[in-house]
Amino acid sequence: MTIRAVYADNNATTRVAAEVLEAMLPFFKEQFGNPSSMHYLAKPAEQAITKAREQVACLLYADPSEIVFTSCGTESDNAAIRGVLAALPHKKHIITTRVEHPAVRNVCQYLGKNGYRVTELSVDKMGQIDLDELRETLDDDTALVSIMWANNETGVIFPVREIADMVKSRGALLHCDAVQAAGKLPVDLRVVNVDLLSISGHKLHAPKGIGVLYIRKGTYFSPLMIGGHQEKGRRAGTENVPYIVGLGKACELAFEHMEEEQTRVKALRDRLEKELLEQALDASVNGDPANRLPNTTSISFKYIEGEAILLMLSAEGIAASSGSACTSGSLEPSHVLRAMGVPFTRVHGSIRFSLSRYNSDEDITYIVEKMVPTARRLREISPFGRDELYAAK
Amino acid sequence: MWDYTDKVKDHFYHPRNVGQIEKPDGVGEEGSLACGDSLRLMFKLDKNGRIAEARFQTFGCGSAIASASALTEMILGKTLEEAEKITNQDIADYLGGLPVEKMHCSVMGREALEAAIANSRGEDVEALRARKGHVVCECFGVTDNEIVRVIKENHLKTVEEVTNFTKAGGGCRRCHPQIENLIAGVIGIEQKQEAAQPPGKKMSNIQKIKLIEETLENEIKPMLRADGGDIELIDIEGDRVMVALRGMCSSCPSSQLTLKQYVESKLREFVSEDIIVEEAKP
Repeated sequence: MTIRAVYADNNATTRVAAEVLEAMLPFFKEQFGNPSSMHYLAKPAEQAITKAREQVACLLYADPSEIVFTSCGTESDNAAIRGVLAALPHKKHIITTRVEHPAVRNVCQYLGKNGYRVTELSVDKMGQIDLDELRETLDDDTALVSIMWANNETGVIFPVREIADMVKSRGALLHCDAVQAAGKLPVDLRVVNVDLLSISGHKLHAPKGIGVLYIRKGTYFSPLMIGGHQEKGRRAGTENVPYIVGLGKACELAFEHMEEEQTRVKALRDRLEKELLEQALDASVNGDPANRLPNTTSISFKYIEGEAILLMLSAEGIAASSGSACTSGSLEPSHVLRAMGVPFTRVHGSIRFSLSRYNSDEDITYIVEKMVPTARRLREISPFGRDELYAAK
Repeated sequence: MWDYTDKVKDHFYHPRNVGQIEKPDGVGEEGSLACGDSLRLMFKLDKNGRIAEARFQTFGCGSAIASASALTEMILGKTLEEAEKITNQDIADYLGGLPVEKMHCSVMGREALEAAIANSRGEDVEALRARKGHVVCECFGVTDNEIVRVIKENHLKTVEEVTNFTKAGGGCRRCHPQIENLIAGVIGIEQKQEAAQPPGKKMSNIQKIKLIEETLENEIKPMLRADGGDIELIDIEGDRVMVALRGMCSSCPSSQLTLKQYVESKLREFVSEDIIVEEAKP
């Protein structure tokens, strides 16, 4: 029996692309200069950052001057939300959703305890927000709306273009966490009128420890990090040159592979989903199938528990993730699936497979081959449902 | 990723005694689908009143399955009176330990066993429930008597610990004040009992060192590790205990507070009133 290594947890993190690593290496070795220095080592570093800024801007259809490098997606989210609020001290209302990543949700909840009024928009069974609810919630006191482009657990894509137009028409600013969207689908900031947008390097085959905050020209913004003049004063701290170079290269590759994400990767995901639903019995997909990231599927397997599934899959070399409470210390299952009203019977057995361009047809065959007996085996151990499910077989 | 012992992994990947028994002598169920884990335990007695066969079915995570599997092995050959004495800590020990966040899996095992024994004695399930007390945590259906028992058996001091052991308080958190009251109640009783004990029990040095090690291992390390920290025993001179803080603790601004208020007070509580904890200088 052969064990493959199948990585299907790309919404958690991705492997660093070989081209990315190669682009980075010289900036650890001979080109180690600080771009702010006044000697011959500064120039190559400065030029490399300029190039990377253009590569990122290209992926977002933005102007390079609007790209600010940060240390990660969480920093970008924090800087965006706090930076806007600090620049608009007279406004005290924030709108967000119940399904945001903790990097946004917990910041908003913290601000809610510190003088801000926070509205969390609900989502329906498909994981979609109600634009009418957003319209009714926006008021003159609303400083910022922070809504994700696509959800990390279900892959559900929000109608960001409509949201942006609505938010702007009421004079508020829009921050968009595009950490999961960037690289997986076109993020065209010429047509989507967001003011600020967050990206994380390690979700698109750059390393961990590098992120981007896009700040549209003319946006009210007060920096979170104060210090040197780097990033035009919007984010102080010596530039992380090799990682910035890596992120630039990763964005260039993502741009080149965009078509593949939408076609080949999507086809892999669709096949995985279809075969699991057919063969693993009593499984269901979470999230709006019509508006979803091409690489993500969240599937609930009834009567069994997510951590047990993950451990079994892991022993077979398959990496995935779960919305089950038992995969976290909190004992609280996924806030995203709960917000969507997914019943407890299905929340606990939810598994997220998130693919990338590095996955192959054989990977999908292997996952199905291992997941189906895993579900069957755990259901044999489970006191629930087995009779109904397998009696007829 | 949880730090499961090899024994936990073995019992998860190769669970013993899965399934049901026809005409069992005792059946106990604990937990529910909504809670995220559930256990059905059943056994058959031989003519001498010993457990001859035990089987289980579990819906739950890796350690829930491992705990149930371990329990079925532990009760084999025991009389009901002997089986009754098994605590959740015994189940965890059998598995070489469980992560603190997963201790509730061992509690679920003990509760199901208790229910199965009651069932075999013809006790009404409703009567058992009544004996268990009233539900404190409505999210996970945990009663006051269950919580008090776990607080006593495991010397729990905080709501977070109670949540790790029983799940109580892990959902909506509405019951946290009630759990705090239950802890305060138990600590009150324990303090009175301690006061009643004759003072001046003399320990040998070996006994003392062993007790210090055990207290560090069982009482202190799990709490520190829950916050990403750790502690190492460096030396003991009389009542002076030299330790080094590791992991998150070593860079934590409140490490001195941790040393004095947490480590020292625990050692004074479990070992001797005269203990002084010092940080070993590198």
